[in-house]
Amino acid sequence: MLETIVFSTLNGVLYGLLLFMLSSGLTLIFSMMGVLNFAHASFYMLGAYFAYALGLHIGFWPALFLAPCLVAVIGAVVERYGLRRVHVNGHVAELLFTFGLAYVIDELVHLFWGSIPVSYVPPDYMQNALFTLFGTDYSIYRGVTMMIAVFMFAALWFLLKKTRVGMMIRAALTHGDMVGHLGHNVPRLFMGVFGFGCALAGLAGVIGGPLLNTEPGMAQTLGPIVFVVVVVGGMGSLIGAFYASLLIGLLQTFFVAFDASIADLLGVFGVQADPYGEVTGITLASLAPMTPFILLVLILIFRPRGLMGELEP
Amino acid sequence: MTVFRAFAPWVISLAVLLLLPAVTSGSAVSVINVIAIHIVFALSYNMLLGQGGMLSFGHAAFFGLGSYAAIHAMNAIGDAAYAGTGFWAHFPVFLLPLVGFAGGALVALVVGWPFCRRAGTAFAMITLGLGELVATGTQMFPSVFGGETGVFSNRMVGPVWFGLELAQPADVYWFMAFWVFAAVLAMWAFTRTPLGRLSNAVRDNPDRMQFIGYPPRNVRFLVFIASGGMAGLAGGMAAVNYEIVTPESLSLLASGLALLMAAVGGLGIFYGPIVGAILVTVMNSLLSDYTDAAVLYVGLVFLAVVLFAPSGLAGGIEHVRQAWHGKQVAAKAPRWLAGTLSVTALCMALVLAVELVYLLSHGTDKLADTLGMELDASSPLPWAAVILLLATGYGLWRLTAKSLEATS
Repeated sequence: MLETIVFSTLNGVLYGLLLFMLSSGLTLIFSMMGVLNFAHASFYMLGAYFAYALGLHIGFWPALFLAPCLVAVIGAVVERYGLRRVHVNGHVAELLFTFGLAYVIDELVHLFWGSIPVSYVPPDYMQNALFTLFGTDYSIYRGVTMMIAVFMFAALWFLLKKTRVGMMIRAALTHGDMVGHLGHNVPRLFMGVFGFGCALAGLAGVIGGPLLNTEPGMAQTLGPIVFVVVVVGGMGSLIGAFYASLLIGLLQTFFVAFDASIADLLGVFGVQADPYGEVTGITLASLAPMTPFILLVLILIFRPRGLMGELEP
Repeated sequence: MTVFRAFAPWVISLAVLLLLPAVTSGSAVSVINVIAIHIVFALSYNMLLGQGGMLSFGHAAFFGLGSYAAIHAMNAIGDAAYAGTGFWAHFPVFLLPLVGFAGGALVALVVGWPFCRRAGTAFAMITLGLGELVATGTQMFPSVFGGETGVFSNRMVGPVWFGLELAQPADVYWFMAFWVFAAVLAMWAFTRTPLGRLSNAVRDNPDRMQFIGYPPRNVRFLVFIASGGMAGLAGGMAAVNYEIVTPESLSLLASGLALLMAAVGGLGIFYGPIVGAILVTVMNSLLSDYTDAAVLYVGLVFLAVVLFAPSGLAGGIEHVRQAWHGKQVAAKAPRWLAGTLSVTALCMALVLAVELVYLLSHGTDKLADTLGMELDASSPLPWAAVILLLATGYGLWRLTAKSLEATS
C-alpha cells in the first residue's frame, strides 16, 4: 500500500510538472492576447519529434536545447503571419485559426514521420536506477525530468518577476495600450511571448516524449487536458495553473493506481453491490480519463473564474 | 417578381434533388447520402456559431446520441415487427430522424442550462468538456453504446412508407432527399422566427438584450436545444444510412468536422454551411482515392479560408452576386481571373511540395502513381518547379492587391 502511494505520488508529481510546462505557456499566451491556443499541444508534439530527429544526428543533450528553440521560431512565425492577421476578425476567428493549425500540424507530423510511434529514448545511462524503493527502480531520467521542470519553474518566475522584460510582459498583460504609448513595441513583445510559450511546450515535449510515447496522437491526448488545467487553475493565473497541474496529475495517477470499483467503494459503507454489474462494476481506473473533464465542467458551472483566476473567461 | 425571388432557391433545390438520381449512378449516390447528413449537421452547428455566436467543440455529442437513440429505436422496430404488436411495430423507419431529433434535443435540454450562461471562451471550453466526457463515457456502458464496435441494426424492418424498402442506396436517396429538404427548410424558417432574430441579437450585443428584457441565457438555451435537436436529426439520418453507430460518431473529430464544414462554407450566410458540407465531404471521400495526404489538404483549405476569406466560400458567392446585380462584373472580371490564377499556382505548388515530401518520407506516392507521373524527389527539378509556381502565384497576388488598392 505504502509502495503504491509513494510511487503514485512521484509519478503524479512528474506528470503534473509536465502538464505545468505545457499550461504555463498557454496561460501566458491567453492572458496576454486573450486567445486560447488550440495548437499548443501540437507544439508540444513538434518538440518531441524535433528532439527525436535532431537527436539521431547531434545527440540527446544538444537536441534538448535546440528543439525548443526551433519550436519557438515556428511559434513566432505563426504569430507574426497567422494570428496577427486573423486578430482583426475577432476571437472566434483566432480560435478557428489555431484549431485549423492543430489539424495541419498533426497531419504534417503524419506526413514526415508516419503514423506509428518513433523510438525516441533517452541515452542508456539514464535508464539506470537513481534510487530503489520497495524493490522498484526510479530511473535517473525521471529524476532529471523533474529537475528540469523545477528549474524551468524557477527560471520562469525569475524572468517574470525580476527582469525588465518580465516587467514589460506583466505590464502588457493588463495595460497593453499604455505600454505601447510608452514606446515599447507591443506586437513584437506578443510575438516573443507566443514563441516563448511555444518553446515551453516544446521543452515539455522533448523531456516528456520518452516518458509518454512519441506518436502522432500525442497532441490529441494531451491537448484537451491542458485546457482543463488552464481553466481549472484560472485563466491567466500561472500559480493557479501550477496547482491545477499537480492536482490533475495526482488525481489521474492515483485513480489508475487504485483499481477499486464502485461496488468496492459502496462496500466500505456497508452496501452490498454486484462487483460485475454495468454501473457498479466501473473501476476508478476507467474513470481516470474522465476526471479532468468532470472537473472542467463542474468548475465552469460553479466557479467560472477557476481556482486562482481573477477574470471569468 | 419578389415572390418568385423568395421561392426560387427552394424550387431550384427541389428540382435538383428530384433530378439528381437521373444523372448520377452507383457509388456517387452513397456519397450524396453522406452529403445530405453532413448538410443538416453543419447547418445545425451554424445555428449555434453563425446565428447565435456560440463556438461549440462538442456538437458531435448531440449528433452521436441522436444517432444512438435512432439505432436503438430501429432495433426496437425490428423486435416489435417480429412480434407484431406494440408501439414500435407501427413506427416506420422513415420517421427515425424524428427519434434522433428528440434524443438530441433532450440531451441539450438536460445539460444545456448551466452551459448557456456565457458565450465565447467559457462556452467553447464547457462544450469541449462535454464532448470529451460523452466520448470517454461511452466506453463505460457497453450495453448501451456497444463498446468499440458500436451498435448494429437492420433498416429493412417495420411499416414501409412511400414504397421505400430502403434496401438499395437509391431507396435511401429518397429518404435523404426528403429529410435534408425538410430540415433545411425548418432551419431556414427558424432564422425567420422571433427566436431566430433574437439569437442574432444576442450574438451581436448580449448586454443590450439583457437591458431590454430578453435574458441572453434564455435565448441561448432555446437555440442550444433547437440546434442539439437538429444535430440529433442528422444523427438519425446517419443511423439509417450506415445501419451502425460507433462511438467515433461522438468524438472530438466529429465535432471538428461540423466546425470545419460550417467555417469553410461561411458562417455569416445561411447557405454557407451547405456549400461547406458539400465541398468538405466530396474532398474527404474523393481525395483519399488519389492521395494519402487527403486530410492535410482539407486542413489546409480550412486554414486558408480562415486566414484569407473569413466569410467563407458563400462570402465569395455573395460577392460575385452583388457584382452581378451592380453590373460590375466586366470591371472586376480581370482581377478575379488574376486572383484565381494566383491561387491555382499557389495550390499547385503546395500540392507538389506535399507529394514530394510524401515521396521522400514514404518511398511511394499515390497521386504521382494515379497520374502516371515519374516524380523524383532527389532531383532538383521538381523542387525548382515548386519555387517557380510559388513565385508566380505570389507575384500575381501582389499585382491583384495593388490594382485593388489603386481602384479603391
